Amino acid sequence: MADKIDARGLSCPQPVILTKRKIETLGKGAFEILVDTETSRENISRLAQQTGWNVEVKRVDDDYCLILKKN
Amino acid sequence: MITVKKFFASRSGLVCAGVFVGVFAALLQKWGNPGNMGICVACMERDIAGALGLHRAAAVQYLRPEIIGFVLGALIAALLFREFKPRGGSSPILRFFLGFFAMVGALVFLGCPWRALLRLAGGDGNAILGLAGLTAGIWAGVLFLKSGYTLGRATKVKSFSGWVFPIAMLALLVLLLIAPQFGRTPEGAPTGPIFFSAKGPGSQHAPLFISLVVGLCVGFLAQRTRLCTMGAIRDVILIKNTYLLSGILGIVGAAFVMNLILGQFKAGFVNQPIAHTDSLWNFMGMALSGLAFALAGGCPGRQLFLSGEGDGDAAIFATGMIVGAGFSHNFSMASSATGPGAYGPITVIIGLIFCIVVGFTMREKIA
Repeated sequence: MADKIDARGLSCPQPVILTKRKIETLGKGAFEILVDTETSRENISRLAQQTGWNVEVKRVDDDYCLILKKN
Repeated sequence: MITVKKFFASRSGLVCAGVFVGVFAALLQKWGNPGNMGICVACMERDIAGALGLHRAAAVQYLRPEIIGFVLGALIAALLFREFKPRGGSSPILRFFLGFFAMVGALVFLGCPWRALLRLAGGDGNAILGLAGLTAGIWAGVLFLKSGYTLGRATKVKSFSGWVFPIAMLALLVLLLIAPQFGRTPEGAPTGPIFFSAKGPGSQHAPLFISLVVGLCVGFLAQRTRLCTMGAIRDVILIKNTYLLSGILGIVGAAFVMNLILGQFKAGFVNQPIAHTDSLWNFMGMALSGLAFALAGGCPGRQLFLSGEGDGDAAIFATGMIVGAGFSHNFSMASSATGPGAYGPITVIIGLIFCIVVGFTMREKIA
């Protein structure tokens, strides 16, 4: 997957802003975003839901990899 | 455990946490806390600063157990749900001064965002100006966030680093219980190093054990639900999302109903408890706080809950607030019932300039 954002270590709401920006740029397709807190995982999942993107969450060591997709 | 986790991560869970805060804030007032100050992070940290002798305003000195409870409650929740993650290193000195100026602004208004909501729920019309200022400050913060503002990444740190702030809270609890008085006044009477107000707001408090237990519960619930007043307003402006807003509506609604039941509701602008009627500085004080909270990523309560999760950057913000409270009273910046302190307005201007400089200089190019 080409598009990958590393939002680990960023304070709220920066992971959400990065995701929002990507969603607006892509319009549709798929990308991954890596976060390190449960709060960021929840916030991004909520934003994805709100904007009609599907979210798949994978645990990567102590972090979360969120795969967002929209056809 | 998974069901409990899901409930807390839902809107219903968030509303329940807000209602809990609203109900128990009104009850804490009934049980002895000052008017419309059942819970106020800024005022309570100010009282802690006074109790430690960081300022000598005799009316506002007490080691508020609620604050201790907030951090330890969040710690317990974070440990139980495996979210205790020691981290830090994201522009600590800037966070310290954002905390410092957030407190300066809060003490010009006389309350944190939670108290602004509780003042509104108690009928204090001046809170409307404070909440308008808070929204304006957060709106300015959102503009910076949209233009690439960041304090940089935090990194994982060794476990003990995350434990330091909760341990410091335990130390405050010990000091509260033993209240050492080994200092002497010129007349030879015992005094300090821990000071408790004999009169004024600092002398008004609910029984220690009740305050501590309510604080622990609030800390636990807020850690799980991510309750944050600044985040609530910010998310509406930034992403048109009302999720976090439902939590603060829970606080206002519950506190309003409880105040009516307990006979604590009194509508109006004048003679409100621990409040002044200077609209301009009620607005400007909270505008400074709102901007500082937005730039630091959380309201003062949220910073305490994050501190309980091991977030050293949030702990530094909270420490900045406590030091800011000391300076606010020592330098006549804090307001009183008669209006802003002599140097409150000018320091709010300095704080706003500081925040704006931080906002402009800490931007990264947007890809």
